[in-house]
Amino acid sequence: MTAARGALTLDRSAPEHPVMIGRPDDATLTARLLAPLLGAPRGWLLLLGLTGAGTLALFGAIGYTFARGIGVWGNNIPVAWAFAIINFVWWIGIGHAGTFISAFLLLLRQPWRGSVNRVAEAMTLFALTNAALFPVLHLGRPWFVYWLLPYPARFGVWPQFRSALPWDAAAVGTYFIVSLLFWYLGLLPDLASARDWLPGLRRRRIYGVFALGWRGAGRQWREYRMAYLLLAGLATPLVISVHSIVSLDFSISQLPGWHSTIFPPYFVVGAIYSGFAMVLLLVIPLRRLYRLEDLITARHLDNMAKLLLTMGWLMAYAYVVEAFIAWYGGNLYERYALLVARPLGPYAWLFWLMLAANVLTPQVFWSSRLRTSTPVLLGASLIILAGMWLERFVIVVGSLSTDFLPSSWHVYRPTWVDLTILGGSVCFFGFLFLLFVRWLPFIPMHELRELRRDLSPHGATP
Amino acid sequence: MSPRGGLVAELESADALEAAVSELQALGYRSVETYAPLDLPGTETSRRVPRSRLGPFVFGGGVAGAVLGYGIQWYADVRAFPVAVGGRPLHPVPAFIPATFETTVLCAALTAFVGVLVALRLPALWHPVFEVDGFERASTDRFWLQVGRDDPLFDRERTTADLASMGAVRVVPVPEEQAT
Repeated sequence: MTAARGALTLDRSAPEHPVMIGRPDDATLTARLLAPLLGAPRGWLLLLGLTGAGTLALFGAIGYTFARGIGVWGNNIPVAWAFAIINFVWWIGIGHAGTFISAFLLLLRQPWRGSVNRVAEAMTLFALTNAALFPVLHLGRPWFVYWLLPYPARFGVWPQFRSALPWDAAAVGTYFIVSLLFWYLGLLPDLASARDWLPGLRRRRIYGVFALGWRGAGRQWREYRMAYLLLAGLATPLVISVHSIVSLDFSISQLPGWHSTIFPPYFVVGAIYSGFAMVLLLVIPLRRLYRLEDLITARHLDNMAKLLLTMGWLMAYAYVVEAFIAWYGGNLYERYALLVARPLGPYAWLFWLMLAANVLTPQVFWSSRLRTSTPVLLGASLIILAGMWLERFVIVVGSLSTDFLPSSWHVYRPTWVDLTILGGSVCFFGFLFLLFVRWLPFIPMHELRELRRDLSPHGATP
Repeated sequence: MSPRGGLVAELESADALEAAVSELQALGYRSVETYAPLDLPGTETSRRVPRSRLGPFVFGGGVAGAVLGYGIQWYADVRAFPVAVGGRPLHPVPAFIPATFETTVLCAALTAFVGVLVALRLPALWHPVFEVDGFERASTDRFWLQVGRDDPLFDRERTTADLASMGAVRVVPVPEEQAT
């Protein structure tokens, strides 16, 4: 985007890892980035088949849950919230990095966001698709999901907005719609390129309809630039609000381990943390598969690794403050839940595993060599994603299993249905992502044209 | 208003386009439009294109969203279906804020999206300039310049010569809208 321009002088003074290697001309760039739309690379079909099978397993398990009720899951009183809520929070969190890259970094004029932002935005949409499944399944009678919407029902009942559940519905619904609009608006000029460049009338017609007749007229670019900036400006507070609202599901309750004012920022940081891990996990194989090392360079990996390190420390701070406040607040139950049950109770091993994964793993990124090593980045991203899932497990299940009344304490175990739904949702995410890279230009071409022009103005070649 | 009909010239680079726009401006042409595969704000400064007016509309959309969101919650939980729970207030302002914020952003974003489509007069799958041979490269690697026949200075011979002198690869007439 044009807004990335101001920072580019800074960019040239940091030549260690260039943001783009070489200066491909417009025709070459277009041909390279549209080529994936013509045919799939080797292995794509195999991956699609595998993730498709996982998706079928997901919908099978969902069908089974619908038919039998949520008794087929492991949760029961007192652990009334378990996998469904953990997965919900985990997926929503992953989505946050997409908006962070596409909106935050646009407003901050970071030139490196260009080549990864569409992948990250698509990740947001697919993560949200998965996330939105879980609260609905958890309703028990998911066919009444429309009761969450305020509509004039004949029986005169309205949703209760003093509860956090309608807040969630509003936040997640808004987040999905705004992310979709932002993503689609960014796609418009590239869909027009696809319409004009791809061979075959059928392809041109399909992309042409979705391009809405974009002509690239100066007047169009001007309005487009403004709309894109406005949407970025709206998405930025939105993304912070979404995970804050999700965290309010927990913190407005009375339960020790949930009832804490640190939750909103703690959740937002955790969300961006896991999201960047997921972006790395997607981008590294993608650049390898499509040979995009000159467009998604070491600079991108290096920056994202630095963000992981920063977010890792913010997480560490949140963990320390959470425990400190439990001690300092003087509430007996909270002190027990956070200082005894969590580090020493039945889930203590998960708690320590989570701390190791989330706090120790990113420390490898103090080394500039490891920040650009793809195996290290992939491994660290996987560990961090697992660690962030465990964090939600520790918060949700750990806190519920030891509530106020020791006689009702209960150790939770997931059933095969829980595990199938979790594994299946990961496959579903991969399945959607594979379809996306096959059918849509996954690197914003118009932004790279602008970036290239900014890096070597007036046809100068470095 | 975007130019109607007239001539289009194909240029090979963004710099050539920017230079040609300022030259046309200096010659006194007013009904000029550019077509480029990337955003070139440089082509706007020289011809004093007005700023986008989207901002105030989006602000209005946001305000409407806030009023609507709060209003729905108030109507649902205070007027239509009040439920007394543990002595809590029936009109709790803080509890209504999260959803109000969301509807504010939602309505503002929808206004931005619909607004930009209205401002661009999209979707419009067909446009006369698409009939120009080779225009499809305007979305990949070529830069086009249009001078409308509604321009007071427009004269087929002279404008063609002007455009050609600015390094146009070729200059072609835009089919009129009546043509199919």
